[in-house]
Amino acid sequence: MIVEANSVRFDSLSLDSGAALAQVEVAYETYGELNAAKSNAVLALHAFSGDAHAAGISHETGKPGWWDNMIGPGKAFDTNRYFVICQNVLGGCRGTTGPSSIDPRTGCPYGMAFPVITISDMVRLQKMVIDSLGIERLLTVTGGSMGGMQALEWAVAYPDRVVSAIPIASTTRHSAQQIAFNEVGRQAIMADPDWNGGDYYGRQPPARGLAVARMVGHITYMSDDSMHEKFGRRLRGKDNFSYGFDVDFEVESYLRYRGSQFVNRFDANSYLYITKAMDYFDLTNGHGSLAAALAPARARFLVISFSSDWLYPSYQSQEMVRALRSRNCDVAYVELESNYGHDSFLVDVAEQTSLVRGFLASTFEKLS
Amino acid sequence: MSAHAAGKQTFVRELLGRSDYAIIGEIVEPGAKVLDLGCGEGELLQWLAENKGVDARGVEISGVKVQRAIARGVSVFQGDIDNGLADYPDSAFDYVILSQTLQETRHPLSVLREMLRVGKRGIVAFPNFGHWRVRVNMLLSGRAPRTSLFPYEWYESPNIHFLTVHDFETLAAAEGLVVERRYFLSGHRKMLRLPNLMAEVAVFLVRK
Repeated sequence: MIVEANSVRFDSLSLDSGAALAQVEVAYETYGELNAAKSNAVLALHAFSGDAHAAGISHETGKPGWWDNMIGPGKAFDTNRYFVICQNVLGGCRGTTGPSSIDPRTGCPYGMAFPVITISDMVRLQKMVIDSLGIERLLTVTGGSMGGMQALEWAVAYPDRVVSAIPIASTTRHSAQQIAFNEVGRQAIMADPDWNGGDYYGRQPPARGLAVARMVGHITYMSDDSMHEKFGRRLRGKDNFSYGFDVDFEVESYLRYRGSQFVNRFDANSYLYITKAMDYFDLTNGHGSLAAALAPARARFLVISFSSDWLYPSYQSQEMVRALRSRNCDVAYVELESNYGHDSFLVDVAEQTSLVRGFLASTFEKLS
Repeated sequence: MSAHAAGKQTFVRELLGRSDYAIIGEIVEPGAKVLDLGCGEGELLQWLAENKGVDARGVEISGVKVQRAIARGVSVFQGDIDNGLADYPDSAFDYVILSQTLQETRHPLSVLREMLRVGKRGIVAFPNFGHWRVRVNMLLSGRAPRTSLFPYEWYESPNIHFLTVHDFETLAAAEGLVVERRYFLSGHRKMLRLPNLMAEVAVFLVRK
């Protein structure tokens, strides 16, 4: 399945901070066909570093999408039955307007002049794209991690527009630990002299800071077990310690590699803005309690967490589920056994597939 | 105790291989809101959803069974029914079902009270420990009884509380519950007499 990127442009977007953006562009991809009743649309929402390329082989890069094992013909989100949409988020650097985009007021990249954004700003923009596609109701909104936060935000902000929601390995609010890891990443970027107050476009970007930020991130996405299994204490291309600070261990090599790879595809300022949006995310804000915050939600929910995920631990999903139950919402929940830590929703998908397939099929049947 | 059993027909067909399910399937009216506690893989809920159009929810502690239930399209929550009902608002359901689960709970009385808080009516089905075969088995063997109904060795049995038809009637009276209907089953037959001796499985429809 070779897929092509699309884009749509809007004249303005108002933001939670009170600021507004002029000329906002959104990159998106679609898979499958929208049915005549427009009742089979699925919105897949990417996690922190993802992009609009969720499935198939990119026409541009030749690479598979970030959820290609879940989206496609015969897969969990079966593109023979459903029409799947994925958009790059606001603040991103993969085709949607973000800090690396040109500020129409100055003709230069925004850099730190880009306004601070929130998860609900991202969702407001996503809804504009869904409106532009003429889709009244989404069969489901789904995603892992930050994608799950957006799915929840959709269910609360636009209850009439979503039939169901599948937040995976996610939370209703960022915890102190989650904020802490994001802050380490941000400080690594801002401590790099090349960051230059966010003004580095056309110059050397803060590659070292961004790579360190990514290394920290990768540790939090894995588990002690999965790192032990993948690397153990194995040495990299040698039999003895180097007694120096070059790469000795496989795990060091892996983290350095992932860090350096990330620099080629991600913008450091996007890292700052998107992680901040995640840290600000708290559904209870202004509502007193989570149950009160979820009061508008009408969707059917499938909530999934993973046993080895210590970054978005199961208790956060259980909190979400308990609050939904107290509102008498239709909610299914299971904690899946997996060794892959937070990354499980991307890599360990066999059980996730049967859950999503059954949930989606029954939701679709009830609709028609 | 009144051994009056509902219905004149004594033959009970099976639903999904179980007579108590058939009774439950009869009791629940179309379109009701139903919560099944200890719903296993959700077979009964799926049947009720497909055949009676009920709004079906379940609670099950086994992750593997929850996965299968969700894959069937049933909304099941992985959790412990001993402490898992507190989140539900009062009278959230028309029926709360405990089908052969009560004897497996750690605190049956609090589960019973909770089910009748969150549900307008409760359907409780349980294996009758007072059945004559159980009594004879224990009397003659001098060991914890093992019968077709209670097939487990004592150390591996999921049943941690044993109750008889009499026991349930006594508790229901003490709790001031209204027993709207009672069914006593032995295989495919409704037992109209001596239920405490003759019933293998009892099904009670109760409300506060």
